[in-house]
Amino acid sequence: MSFLSLSLSLIFVLIPLALSKTLNLGLEKDTFVATIRSIIQLLAVGYILTFVFESGSYLFIILMVALMIGAATHNAQKKGVSIRGIIWKLVLTFLFIEVLTQAILLGFQITPPTAQYIIPISGMVVGNSMVLSILFLNRFTSEIQSRQKETELLLSLGGTPKQAIHLPLIQSIKASLIPTIESQKTIGLVQLPGMMSGQIIAGADPIQAVQFQLLILFLLLTTAAVTSIMLGFLSYPTLFNERMQMLKIKTGE
Amino acid sequence: MQQANVLTGKAAIELNHVSYSDEGLDIIKDVSGSLPEGKITTFVGPSGAGKTTIFRLLNGLISPTKGDIQLFGENIQTIEPTTLRRTVGIALQDATMLRGSVYKNLAMPKTLQNQELKKEEAEHLLTQVGLDASFLHRDVTDLSGGQRQKVSIARTLVNHPKVLLLDEITSSLDRVSTSDIEHLIQHINKEFAVTIAWITHNLDQALLIGDYTWVMMNGELIESGSTDVLKNPVNPRIQEFVKGEWQ
Ligand SMILES: Nc1ncnc2c1ncn2[C@@H]1O[C@H](COP(=O)(O)OP(=O)(O)OP(=O)(O)O)[C@@H](O)[C@H]1O
Ligand SMILES: [Mg+2]
Repeated sequence: MSFLSLSLSLIFVLIPLALSKTLNLGLEKDTFVATIRSIIQLLAVGYILTFVFESGSYLFIILMVALMIGAATHNAQKKGVSIRGIIWKLVLTFLFIEVLTQAILLGFQITPPTAQYIIPISGMVVGNSMVLSILFLNRFTSEIQSRQKETELLLSLGGTPKQAIHLPLIQSIKASLIPTIESQKTIGLVQLPGMMSGQIIAGADPIQAVQFQLLILFLLLTTAAVTSIMLGFLSYPTLFNERMQMLKIKTGE
Repeated sequence: MQQANVLTGKAAIELNHVSYSDEGLDIIKDVSGSLPEGKITTFVGPSGAGKTTIFRLLNGLISPTKGDIQLFGENIQTIEPTTLRRTVGIALQDATMLRGSVYKNLAMPKTLQNQELKKEEAEHLLTQVGLDASFLHRDVTDLSGGQRQKVSIARTLVNHPKVLLLDEITSSLDRVSTSDIEHLIQHINKEFAVTIAWITHNLDQALLIGDYTWVMMNGELIESGSTDVLKNPVNPRIQEFVKGEWQ
């Protein structure tokens, strides 16, 4: 695609801007900022990726992944302010899921150990793990609040914190996994996944694109399950003290 | 005058200069007193006096900020929390139910210990608190406030606590049910020598069932002793409170 046609594609930004203006939606500023940000961020990533691919150094790959984890942690921790040490729990979760998936992919030689594969796949894995963390933390915070009485009742009857928090924990893990599973059921019917579409447009063989997309889908299933469960089991003990008493929940934001 | 009586018998629970504050708010202020072993002690006092907070301290749901609580001579901070909570059972003020059937609720104390509650035992508990055995498989969402209170009492009994804390357990019951529960608690008290602490807003009830009473106001223990202190109070603050309650 030439820069001319890319510039012409800005027409697609002008349409919502015009609509927002006429209908007084007040979204002009946000749309404008979003457009500028996406241009700068994606171009920057493009140049950085070119550099990293050409250098072929693993140090840069690790640096990129570390950056991804840092950004994902920064985004997700806002939803977990009520949980002590949430930052390290998130870092640990993202790190674990990244190492786990890459170990399987590279260990079984499913993908080659090159930056072209490691970086985009890591991006998808960490990005999805972040979304799952946010879904989980949102749900978990609201579940523990709405079920506070039941949790305390179980403690008062002689239950351990793990027993007392079991239901809210399981509910939150389940609820956070549902969107991933549901969206995989209709994939290909309603929408073509972005990455696959991109590959096909770039001229790849559709069957190959599908095979690769399937790999990613399976990866994301693991990512989703491991993220919610790991984060859940890392988080719940911080809601209690050593006398098995419920700590006050700080409500963030 | 009567205060000495409380201390003649052995104390099941003793509080020594117990204070509890939360977020800078003093909720319990330097309370010292005891629950005589094998007796029924009622807790009276206006709303917000700190009665429920004392119960939460005794059951170990919260810990004193200052002072200490002894259970049969042992500091409760040194007792394993789940053991403490089974020994000092509590029927919570709002009779919180776990979603599901009455049986699930009754069996929970056992479930938490990976044990089973026999159906006959559950049915026996239900009839004890004045509910028909057929309630066993009802969903708790279909129960009235009073029926929930009954289930809540029965559920607390499953652990066979040595000390039983009852937080306004008859507040939604009619006269007949209330009197049934009073008899049941008196029976448990006599038969199994269970020490009872009972929060009530009903002074008639306190006089009827209580051997001893604690009068609490504003986080303080104003007076403790034989229930007679409610009949002829000397302390003007209690006089005023008692006068208000009788009206
Ligand atoms: N979890 C809590 N956090 C902050 N304050 C609390 C908490 N629980 C109770 N309080 C405050 O402590 C005081 C004592 O409350 P408590 O529930 O012990 O009173 P009570 O004597 O049981 O009243 P009632 O007869 O209405 O049940 C009240 O002022 C209440 O607002
Ligand atoms: Mg109360």
